[in-house]
Amino acid sequence: MGAFAHFLAGHFDTLRLEFWSLLVGGVANGFIYGMVAVGYTLVYGVLRLINFAHSEIFMTGGFASYFVLRAVMGTSVPSGWATFGVILVGIIVGGTSGALAATLLERVAYRTLRRRNAPKLAYLISAIGASYFLFNLAGKEFGRYNESMPQPYINHPVFTIFGAPVQLYYLVIVAAGAIMWLILDRFVAATKLGRGIRAVAQDAETASLMGVNIDRTIAITFALGGALGGVGGFLFGLGSGVVYTMGFVPALKAFTAAVLGGIGNLRGAMIGGLILGVVESLSIAFVQAAYFDVVAFGILVLVLLVRPTGILGERLGRSA
Amino acid sequence: MITWWRQPWIRRLMTSLAVVAVVELMTGPSGSFAAPTTGLIGSYNERVSVYGLFVGRRWMVFLVLALAFFGVWSAWLRGGPRMRAALRASTASPRDVASRRPVRWGFYVVLLVVAGFLPHLVNDPYWQSVLVEQIAVFVLLALGLNVVVGFAGLLDLGFVAFYAIGAYTTAWVTGALPTPAPFDVHLNPFWAIPVAIVFVMVAGILLGTPTLRLRGDYLAIVTLGFGEIITIFANNLYGITGGSYGSGGTTGSHPIPHFSIALGPIHYRWTLAPVPYYYLTLVFVVLFIIGFSLLEHSRIGRAWTAIREDEVAAESVGINPLKYKVMAFAIGAASAGFAGVVTASQSNFIFPATFTLQLSINVLVLVIFGGMGSIPGVVAGAVVIQTVSMYLIHTPPAGFQESDLYMYIGALLIVTMIFRPAGLIPSRRRRREIVLSEAGESHADEVLTGDVA
Repeated sequence: MGAFAHFLAGHFDTLRLEFWSLLVGGVANGFIYGMVAVGYTLVYGVLRLINFAHSEIFMTGGFASYFVLRAVMGTSVPSGWATFGVILVGIIVGGTSGALAATLLERVAYRTLRRRNAPKLAYLISAIGASYFLFNLAGKEFGRYNESMPQPYINHPVFTIFGAPVQLYYLVIVAAGAIMWLILDRFVAATKLGRGIRAVAQDAETASLMGVNIDRTIAITFALGGALGGVGGFLFGLGSGVVYTMGFVPALKAFTAAVLGGIGNLRGAMIGGLILGVVESLSIAFVQAAYFDVVAFGILVLVLLVRPTGILGERLGRSA
Repeated sequence: MITWWRQPWIRRLMTSLAVVAVVELMTGPSGSFAAPTTGLIGSYNERVSVYGLFVGRRWMVFLVLALAFFGVWSAWLRGGPRMRAALRASTASPRDVASRRPVRWGFYVVLLVVAGFLPHLVNDPYWQSVLVEQIAVFVLLALGLNVVVGFAGLLDLGFVAFYAIGAYTTAWVTGALPTPAPFDVHLNPFWAIPVAIVFVMVAGILLGTPTLRLRGDYLAIVTLGFGEIITIFANNLYGITGGSYGSGGTTGSHPIPHFSIALGPIHYRWTLAPVPYYYLTLVFVVLFIIGFSLLEHSRIGRAWTAIREDEVAAESVGINPLKYKVMAFAIGAASAGFAGVVTASQSNFIFPATFTLQLSINVLVLVIFGGMGSIPGVVAGAVVIQTVSMYLIHTPPAGFQESDLYMYIGALLIVTMIFRPAGLIPSRRRRREIVLSEAGESHADEVLTGDVA
C-alpha cells in the first residue's frame, strides 16, 4: 500500500509540476478535436450516421495545405505579419479542400445509396471503404512517409501562464477554432440554410414537404463539417507533419469528443473536444506514452456505457 | 430548361471520364511528397505498349476506355430492360437448377473434392503456403465475421482482436511467450485449440456485454478501438507478449511448436510444410461451415435474423437482443480463435504487426463482397479476393505496390455497396431485406427518418 501511495505521489508530482504546460497543450489539442468533432456531429444530425471517412477529409485538408504552402513559401521562413498571411492561406486552403472532399464523398459514397434507400449498414460500409480508398490513394500518390509542413515561424512563446510558455501555434489553433465555431454556430442558428439543416435534422420528410431541398442541405452539411475538418487537418499537420494515415487517430478522438459532448450537438462537440483534449493531456502524467491513445478510447467506452447521449444530449435540431 | 452541364449525357460523359481517371491514378506509378508529379502526371503521360500493337501514352488508352465505358453505359440506359431480360434468360436456368437440393449438394461434394486435391494441383511452394496462410485462414476468419456481420447484422471492425487473442493464447499455453505457461505445462497445439476457442469466446462475451447495447455505428467504432487497443497492448507489454519482438520476446527463441499426433499407432508431426496444415485447416473449415449452417437455421439463427430485421419487434416477441448479440460475438469469435491457433503453430512465431486494423478490414471485405449472411458467398469471396490479392503481390503488374492493395479493397467495398449490396452469392434472406428496405417497406434499418432509431 505504501509503495502504491508513493507511486501515485510521484505521478501527482509530475502533474503538479507540468500542470500548466499540459493544460495549454491540451486546450490546443482540444480545439482541433472540437473542429473535427463538429463534422461528425453535423453529419450525424442530418443523417443519423457516423461518417467513417471524416478522417480522410482531415487528411485532405492537411495534404492540400501542405502543397499550397510549399508552393507559396518556397524555402523562406516568414515571420511577423507574413506568418499570419501564410497561416491564413493554409486555413483557407485546408477549409476549401476539406469542404470539396466532403462534398465529393457525399456524392459518391452516400447519395448513391440514399437514392436507393439502402439499409444503414450499407452506408457505414461504403464510408469505411471510402476511407480506406482515400488514404491509401494518398499514400500511393504522395509516398507513405511523414513529411513536415513548411514552417512559418510559429513556435516562439508569446506569453507564459504560471511559467508555462504559450506558443503562437497554440494561439493560432485556439483563435481559428473559436472563430470558425462561432461562425458555424451563427450560420446554423440564424441563416436560412442553417434553418434547413436543423429542419432536416428534426424530420427530413416533413422538411422536404416544407420545401427544403434535402440533397442540397445534406451536401451543405457535409461541406460545412468538411471545411472545419480540413482546417483541423492543416493545423494538426502544422505541428505533427502530414502522412497518409494522419487522419485515423485524431478522427477517432474527435469522434470520442463528439460523443462526449453529445453527438448531434454543435456546442457539445466543442465542449467535448476541449474536455477530451485536456483530460488526455493531463493523463500524460499517469500513463506511459505508448498507452496515450488508449485514454481517449477508454473515455469513449465509458461515455457510451454511462451516458450515451453525452454531456449536452443529442439534438442538433433544438440546441444548436 | 436544363442547363447544358445538367444534361444527362454530359453528366454521363463526365462521370465516365472521372471514373476512368481515378482508375488511371490507381494503376499508375507511385509518387512521393518530393515529386507528387511522378504519380499524378506519370499515370497519364507514361508510355505504354498495348500488347505490342502500338506504343502510346497512358492517357490515350484511358481516353478510349472512358469513351467505351460511356458508350456501354448509354447503350445500357437505352436498351437496358431488354438487355437485362436477355441476360436473365441466359443465366436463369442454371440458377434454377442450382437451387435444387441434389444438384446443390453434388456441387458442394465436387467442390470439397477439388479442395482436397488442390495442393497437388498447385505445386508452386508460394501458392501452397498461400493456400494455408492466406486462403484457408482467411476463409475461417470470414466465416466467423459472417456470423457477426451477416447473421446478426452487427458491424465489427475489430475482428482481428479475436484472431490475435487466439494466436497469443496458443503461444502462451505452448510456453512460447516470455510469460510462463499456466502451471508450466507446455501443451501440444491440439490442446491449444479448445483453450484458445474458450478464451476468444470469453473475450467476445466480455467485450460484447457492455458494448452490444449500443447502436450499430457506435458498436463499429468501439470494436475498431478494441482492435487497436489489443494491438497496442501486444506491442508494448514486453514482459508478457514479447512486445514488438513478437512471441520470442527480446531473449527467447523458443518457437511455438507444430501440431503433432501421438494416438496409439498414429504418430504424425506437422512441419513447416504447408500441405499438412492445409488439410488440417480444411477439416476445420468444413466443420465450421457445417456448424454455422446448422446454426443459421436453428432457433438462435432465426433470433439473429429477427433482431437484424427489426430489433424492436424481436424484443416484443420475447427475444432478448443483448443475449443473442453476445452469442453472435462469441460464436463468431470461435473460428477466428482457431485461425489464430493455426497461424501461431504454422509460423512458429507471432508478431503484433500481423494483427492490424487493415486485417479486420480485409476480412470485412471478404464477407461484404462474398455476400453478407451467405456461407457459400463468404467462402467464395474469401477464395476469390485472397487469390487475386496474392497473385497481385506475387506477380505485381507495373506500378503496383503491395501497400496499394488496401486502396483496391476500399474501392471494392464502395463498389459492392453501390452495385451489388447483397454480394457475389447473396443470401436470399439478405437480398430480400435489401429489396424491402429499398422499397421503403422496412423501417427498422432506415436512414433519414428523423427521430426513429
